[in-house]
Amino acid sequence: MIAELGLAILWMAAALAVLQLVAGALALRPQGAGMVGVVRPVAVAQGVLVALSFAALITLFVTTDLSVKLVAENSHSAKPLIFKIAGTWGNHEGSMLLWVTIMSLAGGFVALVERRLPEKTLIATLAAQAFVSLGFYAFLLLASNPFARLPQPAPEGAGLNPLLQDIGLAFHPPTLYVGYVGLSIAFSFAVGALITRDVGPAFARAMRPWVLGAWIFLTVGITAGSYWAYYTLGWGGWWFWDPVENASLMPWLAATALLHSVSVLAARNALRAWTVMLGVIAFSMSMVGTFLVRSGILTSVHAFAVDPARGSFILALLAIYIGGALLLFALRAGTVTEGARFAFVSREAALVFNNVMLCGILGIVLVGTLYPLLTEAFGVKVSVGPPYFNPVSAIFAFPMLVVMAVGPLLRWKDDRGGRVAPVLAVPALLAVAVAGAAFASGVNTLPALGLGLGAGLALASLLPLRGRNLRRTPLPVWGMVVSHLGLAVAAMGMASESAFSIEKLAALTPGETRQVGPYALTLDRIDPVAGPNWTALQATVSARYAGGDAVVLTPQARVFANPPGTRTESALKTRWNGQLYVVLGEEGDDGRWQMRFWWKPFVPLIWLGGLLVGLGGLLALVGRVARDVKRLVAIDKITFRRERQGR
Amino acid sequence: MSGPPSSAPRKPGLALWLPLALFAAFLALVVWGLLRPDNREVASTFIGKPIPAFDLPPASADRPGLTRAQFVGGKPRLLNIFASWCGPCAVEAPQLAQLAAAGAEIDGVAIRDRKDDLARFLAANGNPFARIGQDDLSKVQIGIGSSGVPETFVVDARGVIRYQHIGAIMPDDVPMILGKLKEAGQ
Repeated sequence: MIAELGLAILWMAAALAVLQLVAGALALRPQGAGMVGVVRPVAVAQGVLVALSFAALITLFVTTDLSVKLVAENSHSAKPLIFKIAGTWGNHEGSMLLWVTIMSLAGGFVALVERRLPEKTLIATLAAQAFVSLGFYAFLLLASNPFARLPQPAPEGAGLNPLLQDIGLAFHPPTLYVGYVGLSIAFSFAVGALITRDVGPAFARAMRPWVLGAWIFLTVGITAGSYWAYYTLGWGGWWFWDPVENASLMPWLAATALLHSVSVLAARNALRAWTVMLGVIAFSMSMVGTFLVRSGILTSVHAFAVDPARGSFILALLAIYIGGALLLFALRAGTVTEGARFAFVSREAALVFNNVMLCGILGIVLVGTLYPLLTEAFGVKVSVGPPYFNPVSAIFAFPMLVVMAVGPLLRWKDDRGGRVAPVLAVPALLAVAVAGAAFASGVNTLPALGLGLGAGLALASLLPLRGRNLRRTPLPVWGMVVSHLGLAVAAMGMASESAFSIEKLAALTPGETRQVGPYALTLDRIDPVAGPNWTALQATVSARYAGGDAVVLTPQARVFANPPGTRTESALKTRWNGQLYVVLGEEGDDGRWQMRFWWKPFVPLIWLGGLLVGLGGLLALVGRVARDVKRLVAIDKITFRRERQGR
Repeated sequence: MSGPPSSAPRKPGLALWLPLALFAAFLALVVWGLLRPDNREVASTFIGKPIPAFDLPPASADRPGLTRAQFVGGKPRLLNIFASWCGPCAVEAPQLAQLAAAGAEIDGVAIRDRKDDLARFLAANGNPFARIGQDDLSKVQIGIGSSGVPETFVVDARGVIRYQHIGAIMPDDVPMILGKLKEAGQ
């Protein structure tokens, strides 16, 4: 019953999306005034309906209704409740429903609150949003129905991939999804503005909170995903340049560029066409990433349910939406006037430079991800990995770090380099000293440069606060400072990880001790342990840092029964100056246990930095929204007073 | 479109079409990718290249070590990358024995292994190898483009790699490997 209800509601929501598109298109005609009032309420209703449909699917998973195909294939009655809920989006159909849900909720929210844009642009935006949603509705209803029943209820569910039964992963995909799909709003704003040729500061201010919000979720999602891969895969690495990771990085890079160019447009009314372009690109990258991951066109370690037929469907959607938006851009952007000019040394110029660098990194990640496919088209099979991505992205990332230190200190429109040079001397010296010291002590070029630039930028990122009254500094400025500091911190963590990590492989019998970096590690014993739906072998390892007291670590090798699978549960010990990482391997014939140890100095800075970047975004968002709300309230008061006086 | 070029845009359009053109190229590529026959076999880029120079010490008491020179002259050989700590290597041992019985000459490279572990492994699973080199730093392994254990290479009499088999040799693969060896000898 709930399944049929969910499906019916989903069809109704799709019908409302059609109405939203048609009414929007009619309202944009000169004689379409009658339709203007229809679009907003329909958008809100559509959002509510999809949310109900998604709630129905969650209910089916929570009650483990095994007559529903999706539940039978992806859940199991013995799963902990939290993973039953997470199972809702841990599969293709459910995640597409989540996609549509976020898209429609976002559209409904825009319809509800947006008051700054000219009504026509807003209606064009909502119509565009409905048009994009419709493609995904069609995909769900025609090719990936999440509510399909089985002819016979299954006796038991097939379970969830053990790798996914982790609390971090339960919330990692929805976080990223909010980010990916949140960018659809920026896309629709861009398309709406192209349709009405109305690109200006008001458009930028309306779009900015959405870009910021989506970008925060992407930042946090990528950071969490990286940490998840680090501790569950048991490989000791934190980024693998895997197609799925690249799929999340590309929208982030585009959104970062968009965020900065939107600020230029809002403050200075410059970079109009460029901002619109990035608005289109950011969500396009979300869709391209999803397509690359789902279609099976690239092989990835994140084996998602891969199906070429679905791939063709998403590809058709890509062709329509991205192709359509880029065509509109080609036809219309020439008529969007260029906007205000600025000098070579100015804050705008620094932002443009970093925009180009971000797009450069985006380009090399995209090319690197597609390269195996490209060479295969010419008959050669290759795989592309860190030896390509690391140095090539550094070519763009390092200049970007330098300009990030300088840009926020420059004035808008026109400035002299000599004015900021004295202030920047100290961070510059710090950068050179750290990089030099690292280089002299035998660290490779890239990590040495990373350490130096990270240290220099960390200091320079605080400089915009210099001479300000800290309590009266606006939140968006704090946001920028914290985000830039976060990136510097993350860069130092990455460089330190690659420069100073120590890895040891050992085959130990209980009682044996190995030295790994500053730690003396003793394998005390191996015990069998059991969890709710798994059993494991657990090693008890005593770790002594520099001869100090023992800390007990318990890495496990887990075996899951439904579906059968294994997972290493690494054990971590975090100190202020680094992290110890212990993995239990297999037992040899001789009763020795294979163990893998890493000592990674300062590696937690990578994720701490990522979180700081996200926190900075949050501060900026809160600051912007608070200002908007204050203004809206003021406007409402004035209208209210006028109305009363009129009466 | 009917947009009047009102305030005389200075740079009319070709650059604006570039994103669409790039996207069209992307579409063409992925359409080709979706339509291509499904073939997941990874062909080694090392095929047709000579094996690099190396000189590995013996890994086992009763077999000599391994150098590049031993591959040049004589007849085509199999080079098996393995380790005692690798489960699939034990799985493929009967097939290696079968290959050796069929006349294939097999050399082994033991990756990051220990002498006593290796001796135990060979005692348990048989020793089809003519020579076994010890590769503690995976240097040879990386040098010939192998990314894991086990892998098996067909090396012809000039020391050129003719075929790379990734993963364990399964019973069905034996005739194919013998065929590749024969091919390499022609």
